[in-house]
Amino acid sequence: MTNKPISTSSEWNFELVQEYDRVIAEIAKEYRLDTYRNQIEIISSEQMMDAYASIGMPIGYHHWSYGKQFLQIEQSYKRGQMGLAYEIVINSDPCIAYLMEENTMMMQVLVIAHACYGHNSFFKGNYLFRAWTDASSIIDYLVFARAYVTKCEEKYGVEAVEAILDSCHSIMNYGVDRYKRPYPLSVEEEQERQREREEYLQRQVNDLWRTIPTEDKQKKEDDGFRFPQEPQENLLYFIEKNAPLLEPWQRELVRIVRKIAQYFYPQKQTQVMNEGWATFWHYTIMNTLYDRGYITEGFMLEFLQSHSSVILQPPYDSQFFSGINPYTLGFAMMTDIRRICEKPTEEDKRWFPDIAGSDWITTLDFAMRNFKDESFILQYLSPKVIRDLKLFTIVDDDRKKNIEVTSIHDDSGYQKVREALSAQYNLGNREPNIQVYSVDIRGDRSLTLHHSQFNRQPLEPESSTEVLKHIHRLWGFDVHLHSLCDDEIKESFHCPPKEKPKAKK
Amino acid sequence: MSYIVDRRLNSKNKSTVNRQRFLQRYRKHIKKAVSDAVDKRSITDIENGEKISIPSKDINEPVFSTGSGGVRSRVLPGNKEFVTGDQIKRPEGGGGGGAGSGASDQGEGMDEFVFQITQDEFLNFMFEDLALPNLVKRHLAGDEEFKYHRAGFSEEGNPAQVNIVRSLKAANARRIALTGKKRRQVKELKEEAAKLSGTEDPIEKQYLADLLEKIASLEGKIKRIPWIDDFDLKYNLHVKQPVPKSRAVMFCLMDVSGSMDQATKDIAKRFFLLLYLFLQRNYEHTEVVFIRHHTSAKEVNEEDFFYSRETGGTIVSSALKLMDEIIDERFPPSQWNIYSAQASDGDNWNDDSAVCYRLLVDNIMRKLQYFSYIEITPREHQALWHAYERVEAQFPQLFAMRQLISASDIYPVFRELFQKKATAAA
Repeated sequence: MTNKPISTSSEWNFELVQEYDRVIAEIAKEYRLDTYRNQIEIISSEQMMDAYASIGMPIGYHHWSYGKQFLQIEQSYKRGQMGLAYEIVINSDPCIAYLMEENTMMMQVLVIAHACYGHNSFFKGNYLFRAWTDASSIIDYLVFARAYVTKCEEKYGVEAVEAILDSCHSIMNYGVDRYKRPYPLSVEEEQERQREREEYLQRQVNDLWRTIPTEDKQKKEDDGFRFPQEPQENLLYFIEKNAPLLEPWQRELVRIVRKIAQYFYPQKQTQVMNEGWATFWHYTIMNTLYDRGYITEGFMLEFLQSHSSVILQPPYDSQFFSGINPYTLGFAMMTDIRRICEKPTEEDKRWFPDIAGSDWITTLDFAMRNFKDESFILQYLSPKVIRDLKLFTIVDDDRKKNIEVTSIHDDSGYQKVREALSAQYNLGNREPNIQVYSVDIRGDRSLTLHHSQFNRQPLEPESSTEVLKHIHRLWGFDVHLHSLCDDEIKESFHCPPKEKPKAKK
Repeated sequence: MSYIVDRRLNSKNKSTVNRQRFLQRYRKHIKKAVSDAVDKRSITDIENGEKISIPSKDINEPVFSTGSGGVRSRVLPGNKEFVTGDQIKRPEGGGGGGAGSGASDQGEGMDEFVFQITQDEFLNFMFEDLALPNLVKRHLAGDEEFKYHRAGFSEEGNPAQVNIVRSLKAANARRIALTGKKRRQVKELKEEAAKLSGTEDPIEKQYLADLLEKIASLEGKIKRIPWIDDFDLKYNLHVKQPVPKSRAVMFCLMDVSGSMDQATKDIAKRFFLLLYLFLQRNYEHTEVVFIRHHTSAKEVNEEDFFYSRETGGTIVSSALKLMDEIIDERFPPSQWNIYSAQASDGDNWNDDSAVCYRLLVDNIMRKLQYFSYIEITPREHQALWHAYERVEAQFPQLFAMRQLISASDIYPVFRELFQKKATAAA
């Protein structure tokens, strides 16, 4: 107890927030957390609802779906079915964090530690964020996107713009090239390029479609020319570049949605790590504050209460169960890595020979920088965490009568649980794998998509039919979707719908 | 060092536009919910907001997802009793992954999307597409409202109305006109000077010096022409024009005789309330005249019209007569669009229906834009209805009559009577 507590009351004010932030920044520096500058914004609960509805983008273009989101949140908030998050943090430089004015002093401190130093350092350090997002340009880009959408609405009408955006949103999950490094842009560059692109792109598209078939039919079948030559996983990009009928401004809208999808792509893949990292650091920082006497015991009790509700994991048979809580899993794993470093057991030495007994700050920092959920779990999920959470795996095979428990938290099960959990966070397993297979550029211009079934899981027919309509709107000609399992077409969808069953191949 | 920004005073309605977009998109659903709600509400409650619910499948945003089937493996927490190799029965009805778990995360439980609209939005939806028919007489009431129109340009005005482009054009033209001759001279002199430049001959040298002097003096003169002058200034001209306004008056005639029981009166009042709300909201400058009658008619204020309990026998023509008098007295048909809505249970004094017929046909109908009659009765029609049928036959454009049986008919009938016509009957 070398310091005097900074505050004792639960009321916060700007001086106190500033003072706490200063102390936390010092502590974060000791722990070698590397962050963007922080911009802490205090907002009211109504503004928080607005921020929620725009999925955390500080500036979004107008779209009815955000209105729907807002109404939904407003309704459940007013009825008390849902509390608002204490904080929203945006991956930008400076890193913007929203704090609600209703929070108590403890809560503000917790949020500063969690968001401004936890999430912030994760955004800056993790390789996915480094590769896929550019924190310094995102706000600029959103400003550009919003202005562009508004301009299009004035020029072509709200409905026309909405139709394109609706369609793009339906395939927003297919807007990323996983194997190519994108390059982010700033607003001026983007505007400049956008103008050039408009003309240039249209010319290119026209070139592609100018191919007038002059050879006889025989030859056409033979030459085996296929477009695209390789299957394309980035549907939005493919449509933006190749859809025959889109106007330049429509292509630009497709691009905007694609860019925003790209911005959110890392967040989807690092949920456990990101939340685990932030939770681990708010916990560590709060304890350090307490150890140094900056906060009182009462403050600490209040903190522990809300901390434990954040990392609550209801068991699978509880009525509150809704999947594995990423905060719990992430926090447990991060804490366990520290434990393995500091107090390794015999088991740890067997499982983690390279990190047992090493410097925990360096090890954690390495883990944070170089993994995503899938690989992080595969690398670091320890038997102890599996035992603590009592994880077990089940396999539901529709060809068998019963669901089988395939592994539990015992010696023979650890590795299997670890692999199964890792696979569960593999984006490729979670979303159907759909790629552009071919375009009949010399015939009816129809677009053929292939879905590769994972573990024989079929597509959900109703929503797939709907999405296909959206793709049809963007493409302008017939769209076919074949669902394949072991190179065999199991099911086909067509838009416009076809009567006769598909018998090709 | 972190920045700390207080944003609480920033606007909190960032989502308003998106909310409006949503309402616009689902107006069909909302309208249906509104019209259902109007029927269910009590009189005093009609002006509140409303809870709207839309089947969530209609507003889903589709994405590709996997259906049930195939092999799924899942990791779950909180194992209590299972060991490897245990077989669990597949839960009933659940297709896929939610083995043994009560709460499936497939989200199938959602059925309706429920949200609240405000009172203002509610009324907007309620009165959408409704209009007073035949609102054509426009009267130039010159002293009431003006609008400024652009009317070209003027030489004078106040500084705020300077038209910069025009002014600079004028200045430019003036400068060109005033300097043309001198600039030509300068050009010629310069050419001559260019020829002489570099000469060694003293006379020519002297001549060149003279030339240069002349050029300098001319250029000085050109420079002294003012860049902009008072009379270059042009101003935007705005003129005031009176706005023609349509003036309209609505006569509400209600039967309060003894034969109207409480339920019937209630229906009539609700009808008029709806009408009154509609006028108040969509036609700001509309006058409303309330007339209630039993054996004799009386003009009353809004309060009495809706809440007074006076009653007696029934002579419908008394109300029509009073209305005719009021029209003559206060609302000359040449200046006013006159409307009338009448509600009754159809009961009338025996010979009076014929009188009503004559009054309407001979006198009132030619002064009116539209007459609507609602009869609130589940029974057979009586003399009054038949008399009015003859009126309708003679004035099919201007006369409408409907029968109301229960409260749930009010809103549909109201909509029918005041539906916006595709082409205004001119």
